[in-house]
Amino acid sequence: MKILIKNGKIVSNEFDYELNKNSDIYIKDGVIEDIAPNIDIEDAEIIDAGDNFIMPGCIDMYSKICESGYENKDNIITISKSATSGGFTTVISAPNSQPVVDNKTVVEYVYTKTREQANVNIFPYGSMTKGCEGNEVAGIGEMIKAGAIGLSDGSYTILDTELIRNIFLYSKMLDVPVVTFCEDKNLARNGVINDGIMTTKMGLLGIPQIAEDIIVARNLLLAQDTGAKLHITHVTTKGAVALIRHAKKSGINVTASTCPHYFTLSEKAVEGYNTFAKVSPPLRTEEDIQAIKDGLKDGTIDVIATGHTPVSVERKLTEFDNAAFGISSLEIAFPVTFTELVENGVLSVNEFVEKLSYNPAKILSLDKKGCIKKGNDADIIIVDPKNDFKIYGESFFSRAKYSPYDGKIVKGKTIVTIVKDKVFRFG
Amino acid sequence: MAYSRKDFISLLDIDEEEILYILETAETMKYILNQKNKKAPYLQGKSVIILFYEKSVRAKLSYELAAQYLSADIVDITVSKVSDQYETINDMGRTIEQMGGDFIICRHPMSGSAKLLAENVHASVINAGDGINEDPSQSLLDLMTIKNQKGSFKGLKVAIIGDVAHSRVTRSNIWGLLKLGAEVCVAGPPTMISSGIEEFGVKVHYNTKDAIKDADVVMTMRLDTDRTSKSRFISLDEYQSFFKIDEHSLLDAKKDVIVMHPGPANRGIEISSQLLDDKRCLLDDQITNGVAVRMALLYILSNKAGAFL
Repeated sequence: MKILIKNGKIVSNEFDYELNKNSDIYIKDGVIEDIAPNIDIEDAEIIDAGDNFIMPGCIDMYSKICESGYENKDNIITISKSATSGGFTTVISAPNSQPVVDNKTVVEYVYTKTREQANVNIFPYGSMTKGCEGNEVAGIGEMIKAGAIGLSDGSYTILDTELIRNIFLYSKMLDVPVVTFCEDKNLARNGVINDGIMTTKMGLLGIPQIAEDIIVARNLLLAQDTGAKLHITHVTTKGAVALIRHAKKSGINVTASTCPHYFTLSEKAVEGYNTFAKVSPPLRTEEDIQAIKDGLKDGTIDVIATGHTPVSVERKLTEFDNAAFGISSLEIAFPVTFTELVENGVLSVNEFVEKLSYNPAKILSLDKKGCIKKGNDADIIIVDPKNDFKIYGESFFSRAKYSPYDGKIVKGKTIVTIVKDKVFRFG
Repeated sequence: MAYSRKDFISLLDIDEEEILYILETAETMKYILNQKNKKAPYLQGKSVIILFYEKSVRAKLSYELAAQYLSADIVDITVSKVSDQYETINDMGRTIEQMGGDFIICRHPMSGSAKLLAENVHASVINAGDGINEDPSQSLLDLMTIKNQKGSFKGLKVAIIGDVAHSRVTRSNIWGLLKLGAEVCVAGPPTMISSGIEEFGVKVHYNTKDAIKDADVVMTMRLDTDRTSKSRFISLDEYQSFFKIDEHSLLDAKKDVIVMHPGPANRGIEISSQLLDDKRCLLDDQITNGVAVRMALLYILSNKAGAFL
């Protein structure tokens, strides 16, 4: 299988566009064989990038693929379609499926299943504890051997400090990132939105920012103490950004990610009991949004993940307290981020690619991904940076066909996605 | 017509003129209420469904009587528990509507539920309490009582004492009083004051003395320990030693201060027995006004109400 991409503008780390302006990309059997001006291969499928951006495929560090156990929400096939149409060629799945990814057999199952059905690369995190319950350590070494790409608590913060410290310690021998979701559930309790003016205005229970900050601070101290490779996901607060910035300065081995909704939507999005904006952790204040943008700009936050958490629409069209937390994010993460950060001048296009592809590949040690260069996997997307389009939840490939962004006009539509030797075109 | 909405959901959403219009109509209803023959024909042929997902004695009685005095047909459904398999409030609303219900009076343990129901049915929905969010009719009867005593709201100082964060009557009262031009302050333990309430123009105190100083109106409320997590308050004994209102607490208030309580009161906890039976405490007026206000709401909404309109 031979593919030749012509006429695009290659945006990638370790690639200087000004020096190599007229380069074509030649892909052979799923690998980038050559990048050079005027390549001519007789029997190759030619893709004309038509002046659009050519970027390394995005790598989503946190998605729920819902298989197995929750196929009514999404499955490997719908996730694949969602991902490719949204510019993602690799998806890292959270361990809290049913059964939980907490032993090597389930890891192997995910790999078998994705080999058969997935059109994108899917790598699972292994759960740190059995059943994601935060009580007893899972078979983490065996899972990593079987191919789990990191350890995760799957959006259930482990409160037992001795247990989490031992997991941090143990992870060093495996040399994998420990990916932690930070929310003190004692402080979060039955909260459903950010604790602040909206809780007062709407009579809903709040989850205070400190619920996140306190666990971020604890995990940073534990990372300093143990030397583990810590990754903090779902950063939503000003306090967390400040703590991580300070930790990085003091040499703690930490990386961090946030999701598009945490720097584009504020707590006010829940006005009128809009359950589509009910997410975990909750949407925060304008001040937090600014802090997250600053954190992305100065490198405190390394990665933007989608945080794709599909739930059925029936679980959304109900009373706010009764509604499930979740957002359908794979298909909008790229354009929403591109529009908000690149179009508005917060990040350069290169920095954008860094947050969505290069840095995730580095953190997860995916050596052949995250960058367009010779010998790397041909995970490539072609993106139209100019034309506007409107977000319509109903047209999502994901089974969660709704969005708090419905009607929003954005830029950054993926028009071609290449995953190794498979080519997907979107009109 | 100063109130042309289909439903009555919250005081946060409506404006001063609408509130005053309802209060004015309630005065007419109070006149009917004081007649020998209390039956008025305005709701003849209309059906009122009382859909309560929480236990209630007083509110339900007040609504039922209000509807009966206006000649409506009344059905009372009490759904005892919101369980996992529970039918959403929308599906329930649809059922009621198909059977011809014109009004749904809804009390539900989740905030925003009445609004959700109202958006999905043609019937007129009256919010009789949604979670910890609002209980707007209960607030209207308080406002009516204040108006009867003080004439106007502009510049009145109102002190609200108790669990401000978890009380729906209080939330409605705050929105209503602010809209009508009163000055509102609250007092309670810091664990029971809702976040960011100062941003809406409410003064916060942690003791009753500062709150009650120069107050025209003192409102206290039933301490409902079920609604709050255990660590938010220490004990009933300790609570009453800090926040109980008695005759002594009123010494710094204005001379013509009035005291209100939504009932049922925990005698000796949030208010002393003696004060509860004092003539400055207007519990009885509140109860009567409750029926008048609810009659007014049904009457005003009846111009719109109707499942098959």
